[in-house]
Amino acid sequence: MSNTPPAAGETGDRTGRYVRHPNGHVAPMSPFTDIWRWHMTMVASILFRVTIGAASVGAVLLLGWVAIVACGPDAFASVAAFSGSPFGLFIWFGLTWVLFSFLLNGARHLINDAGKGLDLKSANLMAQIAVWGPIVLAVLFWVVLFAAGKVSL
Amino acid sequence: MVQLNLPRGSKPTTGKVHKAPAGAKNVKTYKVYRYDPETDADPRWDVYEVSADDHGPMLLDALIHIKNEIDPTLSFRRSCREGICGSCSMNVDGRNALACTKGWAECSSHNITIAPLPHQPVVKDLVTDLSLFYAQYDSIQPYLQSDLPDPEKERLQSPEDREKLDGLYECILCACCSTSCPSYWWNQEEYLGPAALLQSYRWIADSRDDATQKRLDDLEDPFKLYRCHTIMNCAQVCPKGLNPAKAIAETKKLMVSPSRKKTAA
Repeated sequence: MSNTPPAAGETGDRTGRYVRHPNGHVAPMSPFTDIWRWHMTMVASILFRVTIGAASVGAVLLLGWVAIVACGPDAFASVAAFSGSPFGLFIWFGLTWVLFSFLLNGARHLINDAGKGLDLKSANLMAQIAVWGPIVLAVLFWVVLFAAGKVSL
Repeated sequence: MVQLNLPRGSKPTTGKVHKAPAGAKNVKTYKVYRYDPETDADPRWDVYEVSADDHGPMLLDALIHIKNEIDPTLSFRRSCREGICGSCSMNVDGRNALACTKGWAECSSHNITIAPLPHQPVVKDLVTDLSLFYAQYDSIQPYLQSDLPDPEKERLQSPEDREKLDGLYECILCACCSTSCPSYWWNQEEYLGPAALLQSYRWIADSRDDATQKRLDDLEDPFKLYRCHTIMNCAQVCPKGLNPAKAIAETKKLMVSPSRKKTAA
């Protein structure tokens, strides 16, 4: 069945398995992302990836905030006004969600790397907590801030 | 290379529909991945309407019925039909499974999608090229390596040490776990995958094997072992109920254990 190898650059594969078939075409790749039915542990894992990206953006935003503080009281006042606007608060809410996701997923990985919580029941439970927990914690955090009068619209 | 979607020429098109005879009862619809390397330019999804009353309780029974009675061109691997040989591993309704131990009644609807093991080169229909998978198994040296001379009879092991191999030795190398793993989808040329790593730990954990440190040396690489990100798809789909993620975590622990002694220069 295997015939001539594919031309250079025709496939990214370096194992030589994607051979050219008698029909003249390179062996197709079987479906993966478009057929896979996700498990909760997979959802938690990909969300953690997204969280890491969002946390990196958040770190840049915080650095920018510090830089603007260094520019003087007028610059700080304009940034503070933006932070207190509904859109600014929405960004802060998103960053707290990211922070809690980072903490809970980090704890999940810490436990897993210690060889614990790897049976399916525990892994699924920890994944549920890591996926839904950050939303609950972020809402609670902001409810407390609003209730304490630290933030208002 | 990370391939998020199927490349050009790999996307299945709509194929033929094989209708059930008029009056057929208890009809299930099987959407099956088809590709003929002799004639087809692109893979396709063929649909077979089959009365479940005409065959046995397992998905393999349905596939054999389709091949015998409806479409003899359908190709799939099968042998033992009792979950021992690992030949009939495939993707059923988005999860990898053995067709011989998965009942069609276990599927959530009357429409059942059957595809080859994910992200592998397709040889024909549901048959994929597993040569890399087997080469990776070979690379972990899956045999006993002892410093002691061969004994007269068998090498003895305490019941406690033998227990440490439970959950490891039962692997049938069906590739359900490795081809379920997104890390393996995207790094299979470097990452050994859950099956090979479970088997590696099976020998690392064996009290009769003396090559533990060398085995760990061989795995100490940014890709071979550490592309496991505990996504857990492996343990979720293993048809034998094994947990490669746990075996990989135990291997990672040994890597940083105080008893670790690198043998490589």
